[in-house]
Amino acid sequence: MIEPRSGPLLSLRDLTVEFATRDGTVPVLDRLSIDLDAGATLGLVGESGCGKSMTALAIMGLIPSPPGRIAGGSIHFADEDLTRATDSHLRDIRGNAISMIFQEPMTSLNPVYTIGEQIAEVLRRHQDLARRAAWDRAVELLDSVSIPLPGRRAHDYPHQLSGGMRQRVMIAIALACRPRILIADEPTTALDVTVQAQIFDLLQALREETGTAIILITHDMGVVAEMAERVVVMYAGRMVEEGPVREILSEPHHPYTQGLIASVPHLQTEVSDEPEDLMEIPGIVPSLAEFGRARCLFAPRCPRASDRCRREQPLLVGSGGQHKAACWHSGAAPA
Amino acid sequence: MANDTTAAVLHADRLEVAKARHPLAEAAGMFFRNHAAVAGLVTLTIIVVASLVGPFLYTVDPYEMVWAPFSEPGAEGFLFGTDYLGRDLFAGVVNGGRVTLAVGLSAALLSVFIGVSIGALSGYYRGWVEEVLMRITEFFQVLPTLLFSMVLVALFGASLAMVTFAIGIVSWTAVARVTRSEFLRLREMEYVTSSRSSGARDLGLMLIVILPNALPPIVVQAALMVGSAILFEAGLSFLGLSDPNVVSWGQIIGSNRPYILDAGWTVAIPGFFIFITVLAISLVGDGLNDALNPKLRER
Repeated sequence: MIEPRSGPLLSLRDLTVEFATRDGTVPVLDRLSIDLDAGATLGLVGESGCGKSMTALAIMGLIPSPPGRIAGGSIHFADEDLTRATDSHLRDIRGNAISMIFQEPMTSLNPVYTIGEQIAEVLRRHQDLARRAAWDRAVELLDSVSIPLPGRRAHDYPHQLSGGMRQRVMIAIALACRPRILIADEPTTALDVTVQAQIFDLLQALREETGTAIILITHDMGVVAEMAERVVVMYAGRMVEEGPVREILSEPHHPYTQGLIASVPHLQTEVSDEPEDLMEIPGIVPSLAEFGRARCLFAPRCPRASDRCRREQPLLVGSGGQHKAACWHSGAAPA
Repeated sequence: MANDTTAAVLHADRLEVAKARHPLAEAAGMFFRNHAAVAGLVTLTIIVVASLVGPFLYTVDPYEMVWAPFSEPGAEGFLFGTDYLGRDLFAGVVNGGRVTLAVGLSAALLSVFIGVSIGALSGYYRGWVEEVLMRITEFFQVLPTLLFSMVLVALFGASLAMVTFAIGIVSWTAVARVTRSEFLRLREMEYVTSSRSSGARDLGLMLIVILPNALPPIVVQAALMVGSAILFEAGLSFLGLSDPNVVSWGQIIGSNRPYILDAGWTVAIPGFFIFITVLAISLVGDGLNDALNPKLRER
């Protein structure tokens, strides 16, 4: 099935998504270019409202319209441009070649159907399985996401399961048709810390087994460090930094990335150690009205902002290798 | 390590299962603790069973003249007496129940069908679809319902089917509004987005994903609708606008109306049965409302 290809599996080129607001149209995604290789894990990082989830919805062809629309650019997947695909073709891709799991496992399952029925539904939709065969496969899938007693659990309703179990069911649904890409939108934010680790272990194990590429959307740099090979940092609808996880973690160029990393607490090795101060990024994400202005949108919160930042939009510039950042003052070490 | 955590999770889950009951089971428990609703349900069951079985047990022809007109109840063994044509009123009540219930039920079904379709489409698609469908709904809402259905029956003839249609076509607006508001709320739920992201089509999302979750208030509306449809049919019959060839409770009242002062029982007895039936349906509807409405349940 996986044909030898040289290019990336999924590639966004200058993708622009506009939303109509009272103050006119604003680009919630501003000329975004992202590549995802087959079988790779890409971390998509940023605060709430910076366009991470919108990127996921754009790839799925689920931008709420109105008010949103894809205003430019392309989404290339398996030799075709998804921005030009028909609705019915997109439906065939969704849940089949590209699937998605959501933040809230509590509300992402339909309360009136058993979990077995919900998994079987997807199988019947995309794989033409008979009722009985789809049910058997659903039970197998529950087993593969480490749900104990899958044969009995399949008859449970969502409200009978804990949050972690429900997220496992969501993963089973998402992986039912062996997708090429799995988009995980903050899959563990609603879960206990101990359960988070289990879910990430599961995702990693399933990725190794099935070769599914994962786009992991999160605001937690710690999670990215653990899961992803490459990371894209987004701010206000734009990519501000991109590169291999190691390089970005050890040597972040963009002050926003530096802030994100510094705001993750580290465990103290010695109890007697003076705890490191957690750094916070002052200010908040700009309002939608600010999006798309021709300047650095992070400047109002940036310790290094200069007049140039407020006049000109910084371009993504490589610093050797695959590491790129969009900052006029990148590299200048923070004090 | 992995096994330990799995076991712990399994254990914790079992505890949780013991606490959580299926929402439907919970609603049923709630319903059966409501004495008025249970009384209504029992009464309604008796009426329905009697209407279905009665005509086979009491075989007097309700259309046949059997005794002197206006015989009082009890005379000559005719429990409810006779009407202005000397027909057995008890036979009329026994046979009329079936028609009355059937008209009420099918008119309610028709209005639920129209209301759910229009409400679901406008709540799901929003935009211009919603605008157009809601203006149509408002048009039907401001029509004087009795007058409109009278016009329909008068124009197209007083057959049973026409009466049913006339009742159904004027009473779907409430269902449409309830369905629309539920769809507006539910379309934003994450499981709808999640189903959409796994490739569901619009019709599937509406019928399979959203509708079952929207059912509780619709069921309540539908139950109350049966009662009001029965009253509506009685009202039309009272005005002489029902099928004169089929005996129903309303039709008995309508045909005996001129003699109401001389032989009151001919109107009062079928009227009493309509009253009891509609009351029972309302009690059941209220009970369903309490049991299925999550806001009331949380108290």
